[in-house]
Amino acid sequence: MITDRHQKEIPHSVVHSIKQRRGGSHIKEIAIHAALFACGILSIFTTLGILGILVYETVQFFQEISFLQFFGDTRWTPLFVSKHFGIWPLLCGTLLVTAIAMAVALPIGLLCAVYLSEYARPNVRKVVKPLLEILAGIPTVVYGYFALLFVTPLLQNIIPGMAGFNALSPGIVMGIMILPIVSSLSEDAMYAVPQSLREGAYALGSTKLQVSFLTVVPAAFSGITASFILGVSRAIGETMIVAIAAGLQPRLTANPIEPIETMTAYIVQVSLGDTPHGTIEYKTIFAVGMVLFVSTFILNIISQWMRGKFREVYT
Amino acid sequence: MVTETKEPPLQHTCPHGKKPGRRWNNIIFQAVAITALVATVSVLILLLVDISIDGIPRLNWTFLSHYPSRKPEMAGILSALVGSGCLVFLTGLIAFPIGVGAAIYLEEYAGNNWFSKIIEVNIANLAGVPSIIYGLLGLEVFVRIMHMDRSLLAGACTLALLVLPMIIIASREAMRTVPVSIREASFAVGATRWETIRYHVLPLAFPGILTGTILALSRAIGEAAPLIPIGALTYVAFLPDSPLAPFTALPIQIFNWISRPQKGFADNAAAGSIVLLVVLLLMNAGAIWLRNRYQKKLH
Repeated sequence: MITDRHQKEIPHSVVHSIKQRRGGSHIKEIAIHAALFACGILSIFTTLGILGILVYETVQFFQEISFLQFFGDTRWTPLFVSKHFGIWPLLCGTLLVTAIAMAVALPIGLLCAVYLSEYARPNVRKVVKPLLEILAGIPTVVYGYFALLFVTPLLQNIIPGMAGFNALSPGIVMGIMILPIVSSLSEDAMYAVPQSLREGAYALGSTKLQVSFLTVVPAAFSGITASFILGVSRAIGETMIVAIAAGLQPRLTANPIEPIETMTAYIVQVSLGDTPHGTIEYKTIFAVGMVLFVSTFILNIISQWMRGKFREVYT
Repeated sequence: MVTETKEPPLQHTCPHGKKPGRRWNNIIFQAVAITALVATVSVLILLLVDISIDGIPRLNWTFLSHYPSRKPEMAGILSALVGSGCLVFLTGLIAFPIGVGAAIYLEEYAGNNWFSKIIEVNIANLAGVPSIIYGLLGLEVFVRIMHMDRSLLAGACTLALLVLPMIIIASREAMRTVPVSIREASFAVGATRWETIRYHVLPLAFPGILTGTILALSRAIGEAAPLIPIGALTYVAFLPDSPLAPFTALPIQIFNWISRPQKGFADNAAAGSIVLLVVLLLMNAGAIWLRNRYQKKLH
């Protein structure tokens, strides 16, 4: 951070004197500056673009369908003859899968993080961390295959009456996919806790376990929470695993062994069919996209804010 | 929370005989944590083994050199593989210069003001937007407004927007590792700001930038979600001859095969997954190799 500021301040005065000396390269410098600025500002336009199209199509959607129908109805059947536009089944499906995923990712991720940060020897860390990262890098269609054709049949042997498409199996697999995010961000937070805090706790006679859970984990709490929230946001936005293995049947249920549909999977379902622009079905995917975008956006902001807070305390 | 009740608070432990539970708790925790780690890694192994068992029998030259077909044993991934290759190439072509440009702007030009803060926060947020939302953006902006239709170019533009935040973040990190003293030395001998960046900062940061870009592109090649709204086709029996040609991609083809009920197509999906994983492995290995090679040269 400090070096950052240095590099920005010193050159300014130097560049000024050069500008006075050479006229030709001055224009070139300005042109390059402008081009780089354009690259930088493209990200703002991307955000504006996303917001723009979502708002535009969503407004059109709500001109035909009232808020009350969207948030008051409990059925979601825009693709059927008798159309209902209640978002709750999709929201409920999304939350169910997310809850299952986090029930897997949070405890295991936290255990891994504490172990890697506080217990593991450096060479163990060096081997295990990349292995966990591989899990985050596997394409989600491959996870979908695994959920549908390996985990579901396995679970069907254990849980009688489990449907071929269900929320449980993609939820578990998604949890495994998210685990590296939770564990690596939590571990970074714990690793950044100053050694002096640990030494203080040891000096008072704590065991390693007490140091880990009573000193390091509370000290890194906002960083750990940030990783958890980011994990939730990823789970909500995850698409292919649920599109493949959860069943594409919007259903208001908390039963994990029934088929459900998430918001993301609905967008896939409509996109796969032949839905012409301008129809109400076409507009629904943007309305659903809007709900999806807003919920992940809020979670991402909270997560960033918590990480910032953690950094403020210790660096 | 739960963890805090695991052990009684430390108050009056006698100086000599430590409570026997203290040591045991430690060992129990380690056992639990190692079990969790081993379980996680074994899921990874299980996944790879499962896919290999289903897919390897289908992996042969016919599979790699044929177009999709109604008969699972005749179907291949030629158009998907070529489509993915073109897609990643175009994505890199678009995203690399823009991403590096944005990173240079943020690291070397932008002052420490509210505007660059906004760009920074914005990029961090874009990195967290679900990929399917990028698909919706691509559908409206590239496919409809810009009339690219359901083409390779529309797909590549969408994926470029998706990977841009990753490339920018990685490039900035790489440029930050270049010491300030090098820039100062360059300014001291009369170089302009751009000359300093072009001849001193970029060459030193390049391995890091390249590694970050390859990793970002390897994410793009595995993505199916943003391509589905764009309208990547699932049955393409030709190779794309221009950036405006319709296309399919490997993850889309795999998704399509998984969605079919016949066992033969499921095996094809597994075989396709193996090919996809091998491509990813090669890209990642390439990124690591490049980084090691250039790092040795420069330092």
